[in-house]
Order: sequence, then structure tokens, then C-alpha cells
Amino acid sequence: MTQFNWSLINFAWLPILPLIVVAVGAMGVLLAGVQVDDEDSGALGILTIALLVFAAVLSLLLFGGRPSVAFSGALAAGGYTAYFDLLVLFAAAMTALMSVEYAADQGLAGAEYYALLMFAALGMMLMAAGDDLIVIFLGLETMSIAIYALAGFMRHDPRSNEAALKYFLLGAFSTGFLLYGIAFIYGATGSIKLEPIEAALSRPATDNALLLAGVGLLLIGFGFKIAAVPFHMWAPDAYEGAPTPVTAFMAVGVKAAAFAAFVRIFMVHLGPLGPQWTMVLWVMAGLTMTVGNLAALVQTNIKRMLAYSAIAHAGYILVGMTAAAAPRAGGAILYYLLGYAFTNLGAFTVVVALERRGAIHDNLADYRGLAARHPFLAAAMALFMLSLAGVPPLAGFFGKFYIFSAALDAHLLWLTIIAVINSVISAYYYLSVLIAMYVREGGVEPAALRTRPALIATLVIAAAGTVAIGLFPQPYITSAAGAFVSALGNAPHHHVVLSR
Amino acid sequence: MQSWIDSLIAAGDFGKNPPRDLVYALFIFGLSAVVFLGVAFPFAGIVSWVERRVWARIQSRVGPNRVGPNGSLQWLADGLKHVFKEDIIPDEADARLFKLAPYVVVLGFVLPWAVMPFSSALILADLNVGILYFTAITALTVVGVLMAGWASDNKWSLIGGIRSAAQIVSYEIPAGMSIFPVVLITGTLSMQGIIRAQAWEPYHWFLFSNPFCFVAAIVLYMSALAEGNRTPFDLPEAESELVAGFATEYSGMRYLLFFFAEWGNMFIAGALITTLYLGGWQAPRLSSSPVVMNVLELLSFNVKVLFLVFTSMWVRATLPRVRIDQMMSLCWKFFVPVAFINLIGTALWVAIWPGGNPVAGYVMFALGLAIAVLFIRRVMYYLKRSRMEMYLHPTI
Amino acid sequence: MPLGVFIFLAALAVTSALGTVLQRNPVHCLLALVVTLLAIAVMFIGLGAVTVGFLQVIVYAGAIMVLFLFVIWLLNLQAELRTSPGYLALKALAGLLCAALVAELFTLLWHAPTAGGAQAAAPPGYGSIEKIATMLFSDYLISFEVTSVLLLAAIVGAMALARRAPAPQHASPQAAAADGPARPEGA
Repeated sequence: MTQFNWSLINFAWLPILPLIVVAVGAMGVLLAGVQVDDEDSGALGILTIALLVFAAVLSLLLFGGRPSVAFSGALAAGGYTAYFDLLVLFAAAMTALMSVEYAADQGLAGAEYYALLMFAALGMMLMAAGDDLIVIFLGLETMSIAIYALAGFMRHDPRSNEAALKYFLLGAFSTGFLLYGIAFIYGATGSIKLEPIEAALSRPATDNALLLAGVGLLLIGFGFKIAAVPFHMWAPDAYEGAPTPVTAFMAVGVKAAAFAAFVRIFMVHLGPLGPQWTMVLWVMAGLTMTVGNLAALVQTNIKRMLAYSAIAHAGYILVGMTAAAAPRAGGAILYYLLGYAFTNLGAFTVVVALERRGAIHDNLADYRGLAARHPFLAAAMALFMLSLAGVPPLAGFFGKFYIFSAALDAHLLWLTIIAVINSVISAYYYLSVLIAMYVREGGVEPAALRTRPALIATLVIAAAGTVAIGLFPQPYITSAAGAFVSALGNAPHHHVVLSR
Repeated sequence: MQSWIDSLIAAGDFGKNPPRDLVYALFIFGLSAVVFLGVAFPFAGIVSWVERRVWARIQSRVGPNRVGPNGSLQWLADGLKHVFKEDIIPDEADARLFKLAPYVVVLGFVLPWAVMPFSSALILADLNVGILYFTAITALTVVGVLMAGWASDNKWSLIGGIRSAAQIVSYEIPAGMSIFPVVLITGTLSMQGIIRAQAWEPYHWFLFSNPFCFVAAIVLYMSALAEGNRTPFDLPEAESELVAGFATEYSGMRYLLFFFAEWGNMFIAGALITTLYLGGWQAPRLSSSPVVMNVLELLSFNVKVLFLVFTSMWVRATLPRVRIDQMMSLCWKFFVPVAFINLIGTALWVAIWPGGNPVAGYVMFALGLAIAVLFIRRVMYYLKRSRMEMYLHPTI
Repeated sequence: MPLGVFIFLAALAVTSALGTVLQRNPVHCLLALVVTLLAIAVMFIGLGAVTVGFLQVIVYAGAIMVLFLFVIWLLNLQAELRTSPGYLALKALAGLLCAALVAELFTLLWHAPTAGGAQAAAPPGYGSIEKIATMLFSDYLISFEVTSVLLLAAIVGAMALARRAPAPQHASPQAAAADGPARPEGA
């Protein structure tokens, strides 16, 4: 028989260690679920968090590692991957933490919920690590399929079913675009690995029209995933109907992972085509910010409002991508995503805190007079809203500051002006939540927080992060910028092979 | 074959500028017609008679014994009867699909003969992905069965069709997984390649090459029974529940075609197992003449296949039908895991002994022999206790 | 592959693809799709990608189509009725956009370089199972493994969404038993 040549496998344990922990952990949680009753799924939540934290510690150890590629250029290791791994694992762990009591209260089936959360996190990590369009695609699918199921997890709730179905249908549709894009790029460059693609860009023989068609389709595919206008229609419904922790994960994790792959493909590897795609992104960014913010103005449901706010924030990040020519842009995007993760997770935790089985209080009116009844909850919500609005010295402010200054570096004066105007518009609806909580009266009595220690922990972590990242931005922006530079280090011009 | 046609073309039998592709195609077409009309269809017919006789023996009955010596022409009479019967197409049926369905099913029975390794020389096409081809064709049969079930516009037919499809699709997994251990050992998917990797001595068969293969062969055999809708897995055509399953509304020749396929599939399943696990056509080298050797090989192959066909008749006459949930849990909770264990076990075995382990072959063969002897003794014991005159005069 | 065979297969594939879209009965659409997939599989085989061709038959024409058929029956889809003319403008717009897309694609492909395309001879062992296996387990090892995780996640998700609703928390065992669908005795 023919013997397999083992040396063909470019194997490297180290970069995939966090991935293995998450993948095996998800299966472990499933198996553990056999032993645990559905009512008693809190233990599974704790197990999930422990596994995610363990994977995060491993990623942290990899953070300073030299940029390298492994598995024949399928995976990139180094700061960029580790940065997003940490971000995603953090988002997943926070989601699990805020779900512990929520899942028990809402009767969400135990082990599958947490296992799917971990599978989604795995997909996100793969998207961040993928140096190969196929791996990125598979990561995206793993993430998306897990999230589709999670969005529909409250099967007794027609809104949840609607959310899952809409997200699934439009997600499948966007997958088609992404795959067509990958196929076109493969046709034009003869490779699906990002480095050979980048190398092919400089070859005169590369067919530009075919390549541009592929890149355009790729843009549409990612546009769907980050909910950029005009590919955003699914987001409000999906965000509103999905179980609130899942919505938080969608807003933070999915967005971070999609931007991880988006930034790596476009800013790191498709730089030579920059003039073409930044033109498209300019329009997309402007539209996304404006439509997101204007639509958020008229929302009466807090989850829908946060959904449009998430769309608007995707627009700000797209401003950063449009400013790809500025060296600071990459770091600014990474920093923005970090601050955005803490803030948004916190905001959604407050929404979770107000929910009870059979009584979903997610209308803006339900927040009236919250400050009088629950000063701690209201203060936390106020903090997150101010951060989202971009009030200094919170995380949201510095995120915007770095992105806008990168945009100015890249001479995107008009886009920056649009973005600033949009920030001002957005303040209106963020502050209206504050007004409802502190000025108005009425509303509903939220469930007692005292009996929900995990929720309090989530809130405290999110609030602390929002303040800390805002007050001391320097270490975070430095590591974000370092992470982005390490992604550049994966590119062919500084090619280092870690293992062989 | 090709050289012979080439020489005919060169001799000018086809004119000055012969359309080569067309001539080849015509020859292949003619040859296949001969094979199918002369071998496959009569085989299916004869098997139907043999099966009825065997059942009758096992159930202490006589069976068809009127037409021809011992009723051996019964199948011909049945066939003629069906050909002359009216072909009824229900008003409510989807006529196009209703008419097409039996042909699709028969296609699934006809196509595998292209890679049937009768002997070292007698094979139509030794594809290098022969096994894959085999599996692909089985997958196609489902389409025909579903078409028949749906087009009849009859609830028995529909339920039969759905059951059959669910069954075939499910059992395809353990069956496929039980093929791969052999592929792992030989490193080829070609039928002839797999047979050449074995020898005529039973302890060199893959059945005995390691414990995992032995289990895999049994799983494959049972899955093949299920895929062929054979008892105890004949739920799609369970008479007591579904009249005749997906064939309920069919009559005349179309009805017969379904059963052609079923009987023919017994041969095909047997041939697959023979090729993979029972040494295929391998025969002792008694002569140096290729003709004699090929005849011996043909004999060796057919004896093994017919033994397997006989076993499936035996099973059919002996075992009661299982329930649908039992059948499904047997597949998913038992066969699939076992098939995966076999695959992994064989992979480890191959990793440890890349050239195979001859000692294991002898030991396994001895074990197999012991089991067979014990089994035969038990059968003999029951034979002695039952009605002797029926068994001692099998040709009443 | 001889040109005549290719044209025949291509025509078959395109015709049945059109049939998939245009026929009103979902089961007929599905069977037309099977024919398309088979024609493409034969094309793969004719082009030397034998393994891919047979896998296409096994996976698509066999398993996935059966799954589709089950879904159609499960949802009890009937032949669709003639839709009301209200959406005519939208349909026209959609058709126009589709035509524009097809035109764009054709222009692109027309200008696409054929180097390494039609005329180039396939490298030795092209499309063979050894070559595919070697690639799967070396260059694409991660993708291969991740696919299995993806499928597992999909199975878990499907099971979580489709499994029987848990019995009401404080219901008596009798009530819980009455909730479930009838099962055969001894199941």
C-alpha cells in the first residue's frame, strides 16, 4: 500500500492549542450535559466559563509570540490572532456568565446552549486565525450555524423563531456571496491562501476584472455579517427576537470575528487593491453610520435600538477600514472593537437583568424610573450608554477618537465630518435612555438582582472594563497596534515559519 | 477487446473514415445488452425460483415444482405472465414519474455489473474507483424508489417509499464505513486491486485479516440486507402493513422490474462482500492455461456469491420482520458506532503492521472454523429431530 | 472529453436546471435537480476528476436529494398556484437584475485568461483519490478537521431546535406521557 508522507503536514501544536481547548471543551460540555438535569444547567455554565478562561489564558501566552504561519499557510499565529482570540473568548465567557441565571429562568435547554456557544466561539477564533479563505469560510459557517440555532433557542417564543429564521435565510444568502467571491478570487489568482493571493496581486498576468468581482462579492458577504448598510435588514429582527445574551454575543462576538477576517483579508493582504475597495467602503461606511443612527432614533424597543446602534458602530469601524492608508488605522479598529465589546456586553446585561420568564421588558418605556428603584443597575446602564455615545473618558470615546484621527491621517475629511455628525445624532437616543431612567417615572419593577450573583459579576466586569479602557487607553492601544503589526508580520514580506 | 475492434476498424469493416467513438459506443452497448439480457436478468429470475424453493424447504413446504423439472422453469412462466398482463397506471398517479420509476430502480441494479470482477480477466471495466462507483449506484436506487412511492399517489406506496429511502440512506453509512477497512489495508479502491491483495486460502482473505475486519464484514452483510430491503429489514414492502409498499400500484412488467432489481441486488451485495472480504475470484493455481484459470476463478467467485445469496434466503425464511424504530436504532446506535470502531481499529492495525499480520490470519481463520463447526453441529442436531423425509428428498 | 459528449451533458444540465426553476411541482423540480447533478457528475468524470464525480453522485444525487425530498413531504408542499399578478413589477425588476448579473458574469468569464485552462494537460494523477487524500491530509488538514466540527455544531443545533419540548416542569408523569406522540408498545 502507499505510505502517507507525514512530513507533508506542516504541523504546529502551539497556535491551535486554544482552538483545541474550545473544540474539545464544547464536546466535553455536551457529554457533561448527559449527567446534568436541564434545570440545573448553572454548573454547565460555570464549566463553560472555566474552559473559555483556560483557552483565553493560553491565548494570552501566545499573544507575544512571533508572527508565523502554520499548517501550510492555513492558520496564522501571533499577536493579531491572539488579540481576537482573547476578545472572542472574553465575549463568549461574559455571554455564558450572563446566561447562567437567564438560561435557567427561561428554560433554555442546558448543555446544547453552552456547547453551541463554544462552537460559535471556535468558529470566531478560526475566522481570526484563518490565513486561508477556506478556513475563514469554515470558521464563519461554524460560527453562523451555532448562532442561528442559539437565536432560535426560545422555541416557545415566536419572535425567537422569527429571528432565527431571518438570520438563517439571510445568512445563507450572504454565504453564497462569500463563496462566489472566494471562487472568483481563486480563479483569478490560483490560490485560496491569502499570502499567495497577495503575491499574485503584483503579477501582471493576474486578471484584474475577475479579481475585482471576487473582492466585491467578498465585500458583500462580509457586509452581511457585520450588518453594514445596505445589507443590514436582518439585524434588528434578529437582535430583537434572539435570547438577550445571544443578542449580546451576536453584537460583540460576531462583529469582532467578522471584522477580524475582514481586516486581515482587506487591510493586510489586499492592500495593493486599496484604491478600489476603499472607494466602496467609503460609501458603505457613510451609509451604515447614517442609516443606523437615524433608524435608532425612532426605536421604542431597547434591543432594536441597540441593534441599530450596532449597525452604526459597524459604520464607524468601516471608517477605520476606509482609512487603511493610515498606519494607525489597524490599531484603532482593534482598540475600538475592544472598548465596544465591554460596553455592549454591559448594556445587554442590563437588558437581561430586566427580563423575566413570560415578561420581557425590553421596551424603552420599561426603563422609566429605573434609577429610583435600582440605582446600581441604572448607573451601569448610564455608563454604557455614555460610552456608546462617545463621552470622554470612557472606552467608546477613545475608540472613536483613534478611528477619526486615523481617518484624518488618511485625508478622509468628509467621511470624518459625516462620522462626527453621526456621533452627535447618536447622543440623542443614548441619552433618551438616561432620561427615561432618571427623569421619567413609571416603568416596571425588575427582577431582584440580589438573587443573581452571576449577573452582578457580569455587570461589574463590563463596567470596570469600560472605565479602565477609557481612563488608561495607552496599554490597550499599544497592544492593539502591536497586534495589527503582527498581522502584517504574517504577510509575505516578513515571512517567518515557526515550525516545519 | 479494444484491440479487436481496432483491428476490425483497420480491416475496413466500417468504411474508410470510421466514426471511432460511435463504433466503440455501439460495441459497448451491444456487449452490455448481451450481459444484462443473458446474465443479469435470467439470474434474477432463477433466483426467484430458487428462493421460493429454499423457503419452502425451510418451512416444510414443497414450493413451485410444476413448470419444468422441479419447477425450474417457473420463473420463465411468471415472467411471461407479467409481460402479458395489463400495465395499469392509476388516474391520480403522476404518470410520467410513475412510468419512469421502475427503470431508475433497474438502473441501480444494472450499472454495478460494469465493475463486477468475475475473474482476473472477466470484468467490463476495472475502474480505479470501483468501490466508490458501487456505492454511488446504490445511492441512486433511492431516487427510483422514492419516485415510485410518490408518483403512485397512494399512502401505502408513499409510506413504503419513505421507509425505503430512510432505510437505504441510513444503512449506507455503516455499509460505507465497513468498506473502508479493506480500502485502508489495500490502499486501492479498484475491485481487481482489492482481490489481488488477497489469496485463495481463506486465511489470506480480508475477512480473517484482523478482528475488526471480521466484524466489519458482518456489519456490511447486514447493512446490505437492509439496503436491499430484505427480511428482516423488508419494512418498505411489509405485506401485512403496506400491501406491497412502493410497488402497491404497479402491475405487469413494471411490477416485475422492481423484483428483478431486488433479486439482482442480492447477487450484487454478495459480490461486493465476496470481493472485499472473501477473496473474490482467487482460486488455487491448478493450471497454467489462462482459460482454465479464468474458468476456475469464475467458479470460485460465483460459488462464494451464491453461498451469500443462499444465506440471505435462509435469513429471510427464518427471521421475523423488525419494527421500524428497532431497525433505525440498530443502524444508528449500534452499526454506525461499531463501523467507526472497525475503521479506527483497522487504521491502528495497519499502522502497527503495515504489511498485515499473517499469524492473526491463521488464528482468526481457526476461530471462524470453530464457529462454523459448532454451528453446523447444531443445525445437524435439529435436522435429525425434524421431518427426515422432506430433508432427505429435496426434490419432491 | 469529446466535444459532442460535453455539449450533450451541458445541454442536459442546463435544461434540467431550468426545469428545476420553472416547474411548479416541487418534487418535479427536485428530480430535475438530480438530473442536473448527475450530468455535472458525469462531466467531472469525463474531465478526469473521477473521485469528485462519484462523490457528487453519492453525496448530492443520493443523500442530499433524499433529504430535500423528505423536507418537501414533511412540509407537504403542493404544486404552487399561479401567483397573483401584483408582483409583476417586482418580478420584472428581479429578472432585469438577474439578466444584468448574468451579462456581467459572461463578460468577465469571456475576458478571463485561459492559461492553464482548456488546453493545458492535467498533471499526472490529477483527480485521483490518492492526490485528493494527500491534499486533504496535508495542505487542507485544518479545513478538513474544522469541517467535522462544523457538522457537529450543525447537528447539535438542529437537535436542540428540533427535539421534543421538555415536559412542563410540575406536570404529573401521566400528563407528560400524554403529551408525547404515540409510540409503539415497548419502545
